[in-house]
Amino acid sequence: MDAPETGSEQVAGAVPVTVDRRAERAAAQRAKDRRGTLVATISTIVVLGALTALTVTSAGWPSVKEKFFDWDVFVDTFPDIARAFWLDIRVFVTVEIAVLILGLIVALVRVTTSPALFPGRLIAFAYTTLFRGIPTILLVYLVGFGIPGLQLTGLPTEPVILGGIALTLSYGAYVAEVYRAGLRSVHPGQREAALAAGLTEQQTMRHVVLPQAIRAVGPPLLNDFIALQKDVALIAIIGVTGEAFRQAQIATLDNFNYTPLLGAALLYLAVTIPCAYLLERWERSRDD
Amino acid sequence: MSTPVIDIRGVTKAFGEREVLKGIDLAVDEHEAVALIGASGSGKSTLLRCIDLLTEIDDGDILLDGEVTTDPSVDPVGVRRNLGFVFQSFNLFPHLNVVENVTLGVTRAHGIGKDEARESAIAILGRFGLEGREEERPRNLSGGQQQRVAIARAFATRPRAMLLDEVTSALDPELVGEVLAAVRDLKEEGVTMLIATHEMGFAREVADRVGFLHEGRLLEVGPSEQLLEGPREEATRKFLRRLLDARRV
Repeated sequence: MDAPETGSEQVAGAVPVTVDRRAERAAAQRAKDRRGTLVATISTIVVLGALTALTVTSAGWPSVKEKFFDWDVFVDTFPDIARAFWLDIRVFVTVEIAVLILGLIVALVRVTTSPALFPGRLIAFAYTTLFRGIPTILLVYLVGFGIPGLQLTGLPTEPVILGGIALTLSYGAYVAEVYRAGLRSVHPGQREAALAAGLTEQQTMRHVVLPQAIRAVGPPLLNDFIALQKDVALIAIIGVTGEAFRQAQIATLDNFNYTPLLGAALLYLAVTIPCAYLLERWERSRDD
Repeated sequence: MSTPVIDIRGVTKAFGEREVLKGIDLAVDEHEAVALIGASGSGKSTLLRCIDLLTEIDDGDILLDGEVTTDPSVDPVGVRRNLGFVFQSFNLFPHLNVVENVTLGVTRAHGIGKDEARESAIAILGRFGLEGREEERPRNLSGGQQQRVAIARAFATRPRAMLLDEVTSALDPELVGEVLAAVRDLKEEGVTMLIATHEMGFAREVADRVGFLHEGRLLEVGPSEQLLEGPREEATRKFLRRLLDARRV
């Protein structure tokens, strides 16, 4: 800590008592910090120790350990699951882009006021209300089995595409509402200032309102992406093969050992934790 | 007699039951600066907003260079491109830096090239004492600096007239002077202006004429000196006396 030194130069010995008080305060603060660290460490060890003890001394622990934490099974099955996870990533990225576009269109339609677009507003309102209210897992079933059931030519029948459509419809409704909240959060004075500068309504939206709205909703959008990243696993239920969760499920059937599921969980965490970290850093950097 | 730049004829405006403008007539000639004074809620801001078509009028007409602008068939975008509006609360675009705030309208609404717009924006900003601040975000500027950027933004398109809506009311007292200096600068260049203000000294100095708005009516309009020194109407005298008393306390 060299702050007290510069302080002593500034006062140039005229008020020496200031320097002493600064040093005293700094020392007290350091002591307080040290105490805090010590207390935090001890309490962490005690709590984690107690939880571990409780788990490993439980009656079922030996069989759980064998069924969920088998290293050999992990090593055997993990490479296949990791390969399958590549499909999850591709589905996630594709669906994410589609969700961003769909959500933006729906939000923009909902905030228009032109009478000609009334049917659009009605459809957009019905869409967000319905699709936000239906559980994603149900939507995946309905789209996955319902659309092929129509037996119309030209409609996709690939489970992975149908699953992607279901996820897009579900998350598009959430993201549309996030965008809409962002658009409404921009102060009306911004719109007026842009119009006063001679911009058209569309230019005002594009150059003034939308950039501010998107900035405002960045963190909640990223939060929805993390949720979507996990929900990609849902497409396994309509028979998408080569997906990480499905692959792990298949692997558990070999010998009724659940370790492969933990392997899949680790892969999801490997993506979601960095995302959450980035989100937090982003939010913090915006506060200043 | 030449056509006035702004010609307000019998304009009325009500918000629900509340009549804010009860038949306003006022013409502002080229190179003329007219100040509007009056208590808060007397209709000054509403009148300025009606001229810029940010608020729709109920009855009457407003003409810009002899053309009716308040007809529903008129495209408001074209009208606003000929006017510059400065808001009480600045309303700078927070996601753009200072020079981008000034050039947005020039490039998007007037189709001027980026480089040319930037060059002229920097020149205007320099004139208002903002050289070296071009790349800053508005939030890093003082209120007085922000309002000067807002004046530069409104002036950059070389409008036919500038509408100034209480441009110093949101400022700390020590920052008022620098903003008024920018307005004085515009007056010296002969910019046509309609100024809603609470600064009587400034109105006297910059405005050619002063109008007193009282409960939605333009009670009297006259040369600045005459209206502020010897108003005809009792209500005007009362208003000015109240302002003087307030200053003394």
